[in-house]
Amino acid sequence: MSIALDFRLTQGRFTLDCSLASAERVVGLFGPSGAGKSSILRVLAGLARPETGRVVIGDRVVFDAERGINVPAHKRRIGFVFQQARLFPHFNVRHNLAYGGWFARHRPDARRFDQVVEMLDIGPLLGRRVAALSGGEAQRVAIGRALLSDPAMLLLDEPLASLDASRKQEVLPYIARLSAESELPIVFVSHQLDELLRLANRHVAVVQGGRVVFSGATADFLSRPSLLGAEGHKDTGVLLKAHVHAHDVDDGLSVLACPQQRLYVPHLPGYAPGAEVTVHVRARDVILARAEPGVTSALNDLRGIVVHIAEDAPAHAVDVILDIDGQRLDARITRKSAAALALRPGDGVHAIIKSLALAEQAWQRLGGL
Amino acid sequence: MSALDVLDAEQWTVVALSLRVAATAVAFSLPLALLVAWFLARSRSRWRMVVDALVHLPLVLPPVVTGYLLLVVLGRRGLIGGWLDTHLGIVFAFHWTGAALAGAIMGFPLMVRPIRLSLEAIDRRVESAASTLGASSVMVWLSVTVPLALPGVLAGLVLAFARALGEFGATITFASNIPGETRTLPLAIYSYIQIPGGEGQAARLIVISVVVSLGALMVSELVARRIKRLQA
Repeated sequence: MSIALDFRLTQGRFTLDCSLASAERVVGLFGPSGAGKSSILRVLAGLARPETGRVVIGDRVVFDAERGINVPAHKRRIGFVFQQARLFPHFNVRHNLAYGGWFARHRPDARRFDQVVEMLDIGPLLGRRVAALSGGEAQRVAIGRALLSDPAMLLLDEPLASLDASRKQEVLPYIARLSAESELPIVFVSHQLDELLRLANRHVAVVQGGRVVFSGATADFLSRPSLLGAEGHKDTGVLLKAHVHAHDVDDGLSVLACPQQRLYVPHLPGYAPGAEVTVHVRARDVILARAEPGVTSALNDLRGIVVHIAEDAPAHAVDVILDIDGQRLDARITRKSAAALALRPGDGVHAIIKSLALAEQAWQRLGGL
Repeated sequence: MSALDVLDAEQWTVVALSLRVAATAVAFSLPLALLVAWFLARSRSRWRMVVDALVHLPLVLPPVVTGYLLLVVLGRRGLIGGWLDTHLGIVFAFHWTGAALAGAIMGFPLMVRPIRLSLEAIDRRVESAASTLGASSVMVWLSVTVPLALPGVLAGLVLAFARALGEFGATITFASNIPGETRTLPLAIYSYIQIPGGEGQAARLIVISVVVSLGALMVSELVARRIKRLQA
């Protein structure tokens, strides 16, 4: 499903000028807090009304200021998962989940209900009161509640923002699964790069100061440090596509095939051998060597060819762009190192990456690539 | 001597009538009180202050004045009362429905206030979540807003019921003090005290008043606790 937004929304002193179009199923909105990301979702859902412009979801015009069209929120069929769960305190978990079905055109049947409950592992919670849920549980119930309202599109507004780190890890896999396995179009908001890359690997829009400053493929986004925020240049890098080759549970590692070379990453639970994943490799985590490095603590030694050397990297560094069996890999090294290695395009090099540098990085299953 | 013999037939009539008058008063004012409380809690209209003042008027006006105004407007020859009588056959003045109306009006501000407060305490974001799940604004109101405001609704009901049960000034002015028709508990107590040696009769009704009022307070407290336990 495609979305096309072009509107202006004023809230107090804040003006949001949004121009954004995407035909991808999963779109991630990225940007600092207060930039207007959530407001874009509110406009999509019909919870905020722009002064001017047009909002099109699929082939349906849900808002058009000139033609006086404004489809009310309850008729838009948009499942919204908010930062806080916003569950109904006077219903138990089961009734919260069933609520959307009372109004849905295609009321989810018992099978669908069980399926969602199973996917989110909330079966044991069904009889509980909302007040007795932990933050992570409540957020999973909120996701289930949105899914069971028979939505045509799902909006996720930083659903992990109100959770602490361990609760985040409790909920993130479910959202990742949703993003990878369901056919539901999803627009989701995050100000954290790892979340963003794990969920939206195709299309990213960057919102800064009430404007969409970038909208395009995730790989393009990652190669533009200015988009990644104040500390963003530290995160610039590439997404490497790979297959799960095997798991080494004893050592807590997973072995990826990329495509012929081995890549060791921290264990990826729940990914069967053969599953496709992407690994975000930060340029500053890559060490280059002219020759076989011998015995080191780093597990990954990828062989590649220098394609280009970019001298314009920040902080007296250069970016060396490599070709690893047809995939791009960037290495950010100091000018001093670059001079010592005397690299030229066409040279063969070893790119050395610690597995632990990939620990906090994004990885995800790719649907249909 | 059975329990019924504590009061004579006349006094039982008074108690039954009082309960009927107060129950009718709150039953008919509740829907309107919900709407008015909702308007006061949510609307940004400039009429809000006017409505707020009108609702609170019976609280500050001498009850006799309220009763007199009712008589002028809703009496048989009143502005609206005459029309109601000839076209719909509805009579308020000197009729038990008049006592109920007087009770309802005097209790109205007491009913609106707690409902309004509990509406204002509701997290509006839960309501917008309900609308994204497909609930129209009426359904949001019925399925989320009103249930969450229930403790306030209950408090309002009890206060208004107690106020209607104890209403004197407006009732005696508008509906008069007719035995079996408009003579409610306070009017009956007043009448007994007026006749020499009536204190004993009055004392029994006074005890009944205290018991009924205390009972209403306790029941509402118990229900409120239960609701809070369910929602907390």
